[in-house]
Amino acid sequence: MKFGVVVFPGSNCDQDCFYAVNDLLKQPVEYIWHKTTKLDQFEAIILPGGFSYGDYLRTGAIARFSPIMEAVIKYARSGGLVIGICNGFQILLEAGLLPGAMLRNTSLHFICKYVELKVENTATPFTSEYKPGQRVRIPIAHNEGNYYIDAKGLRSLKDNQQIVFRYTANPNGSIDDIAGIVNQEGNVLGMMPHPERSSEKDLGSSDGYLVFTSMLKWLKQKSIKP
Amino acid sequence: MFQAEIKITLKKTVADPQGLTVKHALESLDFKGINGIRMGKFIIVQLEAKDQAQAEVEVSSMCQKLLANPIIEEFSFEVKKI
Repeated sequence: MKFGVVVFPGSNCDQDCFYAVNDLLKQPVEYIWHKTTKLDQFEAIILPGGFSYGDYLRTGAIARFSPIMEAVIKYARSGGLVIGICNGFQILLEAGLLPGAMLRNTSLHFICKYVELKVENTATPFTSEYKPGQRVRIPIAHNEGNYYIDAKGLRSLKDNQQIVFRYTANPNGSIDDIAGIVNQEGNVLGMMPHPERSSEKDLGSSDGYLVFTSMLKWLKQKSIKP
Repeated sequence: MFQAEIKITLKKTVADPQGLTVKHALESLDFKGINGIRMGKFIIVQLEAKDQAQAEVEVSSMCQKLLANPIIEEFSFEVKKI
């Protein structure tokens, strides 16, 4: 199962994501420079964390218009697996692949620490290896992780079971403690915490690794269908 | 040539942690009677256009497509001939 890690100018978690797929998950993976416009050869796309385009204007606002994003939007709309982590999540919001927007953390501080999450939905391609309601330790590292959506949008997220991860102790002001959401179809996940930074015990936690094994499991099941 | 002065602020319904923090800082300096502070962005764009109306259409489109995020922000602008 071939994974692709998109690299924008200013991405800085691309190598960590590459390592998680290549060295831990033992699956083929390639970097995809943001000027690429084709994604046909990939089974899953990772938009990694970082500070694409220096976070100028708004986080993810400029990256959203990179040449690669047109292909990512097409890929996602046709059902391909896309995960956006941290800045990747912010880019997915700006691109309109996920609803809502990010505000600055209420503390106005950049927060870099382990947080506890509750897995709210295990019926997604990204979380099937978790137990429903499982508490996991995955680190965050962001200044704009204060997720915002209007009341109508929040209702719709809840009604469609799109909230996948919640903080058990809200670190950033995020509405309804939201740490990660999927789109209505379930094939696009955005999450502020970094599963790649918690994918083996030596890193302090391997709780994030199950995001990658869930994706692999889903892809394998999909490929054996007629 | 035309010059647009664009103001972008968070919508009134969206909490503004920066504005709130600055308000508290001013109050701690003994400034009294501050009812609210909203922070935002100020952007100056110089552009060529056929006339004022066309310049305004262009600038409005820039705001909608990129400069402001309609989910959380609102914008206003003034265009002048320079």
